[in-house]
Amino acid sequence: MININKNNNERNIVFDVKELNLWYGNDKALKDLNFGIKQNDVTAIIGPSGCGKSTFIKTLNRLIELIPSVRIEGEVLYNGTNIFDTSRSVEELRSGVGMVFQKPNPFPKSIFENVVYGPKIHGLRDKRKLLELAEISLKRAALWDEVKDRMNDNAYELSGGQQQRLCLARALSMEPDVLLMDEPTSALDPIATAKIEELIMELKKEYTIVIVTHSMQQAARISDETAFFLLGELIETGNTNEIFTNPRDKRTEDYITGRFG
Amino acid sequence: MVKTIQVRELISKNIKSTKNKYVDKLMPYIFFVAASISIITTIGIVYTLIFDGLKFFREVPLREIFSTRLAPLASNPSFGILPIINGTIITSIIAMCVAIPIGLSTAIYLSEYASDKVRKKIKPLVEVLAGIPTIVYGFFAYSFVTPLLMTIIPDLGAKNALSPGIVMGIMITPLVASLSEDAMNSVPNEMREGALALGSTKLEVTFKVVIPAAISGIIASFVLGISRAVGETMIVVIGSGSSKNFTFDITQSMQTMTAYIVEFTSGDAGSGTLGYYSLYAVGLLLFVFTLLMNLLAQYISRKYREEY
Repeated sequence: MININKNNNERNIVFDVKELNLWYGNDKALKDLNFGIKQNDVTAIIGPSGCGKSTFIKTLNRLIELIPSVRIEGEVLYNGTNIFDTSRSVEELRSGVGMVFQKPNPFPKSIFENVVYGPKIHGLRDKRKLLELAEISLKRAALWDEVKDRMNDNAYELSGGQQQRLCLARALSMEPDVLLMDEPTSALDPIATAKIEELIMELKKEYTIVIVTHSMQQAARISDETAFFLLGELIETGNTNEIFTNPRDKRTEDYITGRFG
Repeated sequence: MVKTIQVRELISKNIKSTKNKYVDKLMPYIFFVAASISIITTIGIVYTLIFDGLKFFREVPLREIFSTRLAPLASNPSFGILPIINGTIITSIIAMCVAIPIGLSTAIYLSEYASDKVRKKIKPLVEVLAGIPTIVYGFFAYSFVTPLLMTIIPDLGAKNALSPGIVMGIMITPLVASLSEDAMNSVPNEMREGALALGSTKLEVTFKVVIPAAISGIIASFVLGISRAVGETMIVVIGSGSSKNFTFDITQSMQTMTAYIVEFTSGDAGSGTLGYYSLYAVGLLLFVFTLLMNLLAQYISRKYREEY
């Protein structure tokens, strides 16, 4: 059998989750998570609705803290330091960890202004560099050819799939280390979905990708590692092939074979 | 057997008596008449303003109208309209200098920073300000704000443009705050999340994403505020007095267009005199001005509406 876990031990752990617990008010949404996300892997988070997938991924860039009732215990080490450390700013974390959301959410600005929004607020003002950066980012998101002649058009004139790739380009323009994707294809048609999946395969050469997905086929197609969540618990994590062909836990097997969820 | 209420039987028995066709036919006409009343009133107002206003414009040469000498009761009367236009514009500018920054800041606080609980308590409180009768504001300007300002500006007249301008601003603030807050609140949260995820601070999200997305509603609130200031009467009558001097000195009394109408309808102008018709001319001008402002507000909200 071919060993797909090449050099597994030598690769860095980007996110190291330690004893992570999270509550919404009195409801416990994440329970004692312990889990490492490796560099340049595509890690898929799967599980039925309400299992804490989105909560987990939004914890990684601390966006979950927008909900006032959230309380968090435990540690998430990002490149070695705890993201909840008060000495580190949340803006610094988020500028290194990009995110693509369920619904495309471009700003009501031009395509160009959307792509360069991040670098611009962090102080990049040179118009020539911004144009160059916009081109590079849009090329990486495979959108350049479709929009290069209409950079000043409003982003909302694009189709849903194009908007989602624009949001991807917007995240890539920050040159992040990690890309978080929260069901990025759930609002898209099959063709647009295929395009995004193709992009993920391409992007994983340069980025560490964490993707929440409802679709088991998608997880099987694009991910290296899979983590199965159920009711806030991490049931099983490991090599995607192994999880899908030979799950250790009965509940994982039941879920991936479609017996529930 | 389960007992059932014989609903179908009941319906067929009552269908004639519960559905009164006569009332059903009559009511739409009553609704239509009610809807027509405001339109008919508007047409009536425009008709009187134009009809009597024209009598004024036919008698007084344009050169006199656009002069700075307003002395309708002098032995040698002159009907220069510029002093009262100037008074209106200056008091309105002062009002907007107060209402825009305070109103917009209030909207930003309520929409972006306050918790749901705080917002639900504060917003109605802010809107209470809008319900106070303007005569109370006028009295407040004359008997409280003016004396207060006199401690800072000793030369301030008892009647002046500054104090009623400020108080008008306070009166308009809730309008600007409430409409701007509505506009900002309707910006979808996904957009805020998207901007935060790129490492924006909350202030950057507010100024670079939320306000640009809500700009049409915000500007419309400013324009409506201006037309409110231009049409405001009681505050300026009480606070700013009736000096017809053409001046830019805000510490002095200035008459606005609305205050001019109040002064002359209180008995000074006999019916049929030129002074009497001048009221209609000023009224017409006010009407056109506020109409233009409201149209502008509508145009802006439509033109700059962000599609999202």
